Amino acid sequence: MPTLPSDFLDGVRDAAPLHLGIAPFGLVAGVAAVEQGLSIFHAIGFSSVVFAGASQLAMIELLGADAPLAIVVGTAVVVNLRMLMYSASIAPHFRDFAARSKAVSSYLLTDQAYALSIARYGRDGETDRFAYYFGVAASLWVVWQFATIAGALLGTGLPPEWGFEFAAPLVFLALLVPALKNRAAAASGLTGGVVAVAVVVAGVPFHLDIIVAAVVGVLAGLAVESFGGEL
Amino acid sequence: MTTSYDPITVWGVIVLAGALTFAIRGSFVYLFGRIDELPPRAKSALNYVPAAVFAALVFPPLVAPAGDLSVSLGNERLVAGVLAALAAWYTERVIVTIAVGMGALWFLRFVV
Repeated sequence: MPTLPSDFLDGVRDAAPLHLGIAPFGLVAGVAAVEQGLSIFHAIGFSSVVFAGASQLAMIELLGADAPLAIVVGTAVVVNLRMLMYSASIAPHFRDFAARSKAVSSYLLTDQAYALSIARYGRDGETDRFAYYFGVAASLWVVWQFATIAGALLGTGLPPEWGFEFAAPLVFLALLVPALKNRAAAASGLTGGVVAVAVVVAGVPFHLDIIVAAVVGVLAGLAVESFGGEL
Repeated sequence: MTTSYDPITVWGVIVLAGALTFAIRGSFVYLFGRIDELPPRAKSALNYVPAAVFAALVFPPLVAPAGDLSVSLGNERLVAGVLAALAAWYTERVIVTIAVGMGALWFLRFVV
């Protein structure tokens, strides 16, 4: 029987602290799905087919608000656009993978898998790139699926007066704070937030707030950057 | 709130969003060699996407939970959100942020 490559086990071990971080997020994604009137199977479908927490949660909220489907899907694309950056940055390391490994690696690409793997590749040139990546990314996948299922099962039994729908914006808050890492990013976040509130308060239909705010916020970040906001 | 979309439509959304997300993730992994690198301008733009998008997802439910601007101590979500933001700032941990935010909401709702 072949033994598990040690680089795979290293990947699982390095991802372990992150498993604790994504588990509550997955629980919230499962709870949110059933709270917005979706089935447990939809919750599992989101986690296994899309496998991108922030976009799942945003889509679930928008479906609950009966936003137009183009906005729901468009928002998912906007929320996941940052992955273009990861794809471009990690592509040279995946160049020699077989077609099937490239497909698996692309499907499993998340913020956490990207961050850990790119750091390891930079540190240690001898690493079996696929084994390590797969250890990180697949173990995150497994934890994410179990957490979602647990959340969806739990969600049906939660009393509405506890306001568990508030956990969704709290997860986004936990993602927002570390993203504000320099002056330009802070400008981008502040502008995005204010524009989103303005769009909502103005009563603009179709839940356009996220997409409009994303575009204006990114432009604000670029403007601060080019006017010499130091990093 | 619950959705009025039927289950089949929701599956359509899941599959379409999944396919587009896979295309984003796989883009450069597959195209590498044909498109060499992201242009620097595009790279900085993508750098600001998380801050702008996450803020757009956070601000409205805290500052205008019912669709109207509500900036006062009477807005329990805003107060709980500010406390959760402090927790996020100091710990950078999702679970602590959720615990502080939900705990503050329950305290304001059931105790105060």
